[in-house]
Amino acid sequence: MVVSTRLSDTEVDRLFHALADATRRDIVRRTVQGELSISRLAEAYPMSFAAVQKHVATLERVGLVTKVRHGRELLVRSERDTVERARRAIDELAALWESRVQRMTDLLDENSGD
Amino acid sequence: MDLTIDKDLDNATLTVTATFEHPVEKVWDLYADPRKLERWWGPPTYPATVVEHDLRPGGVVRYYMTSPEGQQHHGRWDVDAVDEGTRFEARDAFADADGNPVDGMPVTAMVYTFESTDTGSRMTSVSRYASTEALAQVLEMGMEEGLTGAMGQMESVLAEG
Repeated sequence: MVVSTRLSDTEVDRLFHALADATRRDIVRRTVQGELSISRLAEAYPMSFAAVQKHVATLERVGLVTKVRHGRELLVRSERDTVERARRAIDELAALWESRVQRMTDLLDENSGD
Repeated sequence: MDLTIDKDLDNATLTVTATFEHPVEKVWDLYADPRKLERWWGPPTYPATVVEHDLRPGGVVRYYMTSPEGQQHHGRWDVDAVDEGTRFEARDAFADADGNPVDGMPVTAMVYTFESTDTGSRMTSVSRYASTEALAQVLEMGMEEGLTGAMGQMESVLAEG
């Protein structure tokens, strides 16, 4: 029985790439503590608003942060919690299916005398 | 029995491929016969009872699972497509006691395929959620419904990252 439990290589590559940059790691760290607007984030780094926006977009693509609209502001929120819960959910669903397939096999064996 | 489970977190999709040393018709029957379906769909601690079963396009399969405390948790499949004996598509949703879908709860889009092999048969089940967030929501729902019993070992998988 083979049960793959790890992230695919592509997923790992994308995550590592997203986190390979110090500014991006810092954005994740700051937004874990609370939602921040891109302009507030941009104040923290010696780079343009557009450059910060690009970093946020990279993090967003791998699901590490999401953008939520709050009035006129666009806030960046860390999705570490969501990602972690999603990963646990998929693990548990996989375990549920593992037990289902076992029950299916038992039932087929039981009925094979028909 | 051989089992492969692929977890695609990005696409919130779980793919289960299982082979059986039994003819494909028998495996199809595990879904097509409600009395068989209820014997494997729910864990022994949360047995499923199928109350309506119409595995045809536009049909509905309604079921509930009973907790050790005797509480009933309802679910329903809305069947979208059926290719008798080889494939079906349905949406699995949480339901209220009358069997009506509950808004705002995660829905699983399921595609099942069944085929013959040299040694028996193969079943593939693809379960897809609307988003990673919907998938994350399943955790709370699953916990609540006790669908996810002895999952302690999964903590180590989580720790692996």
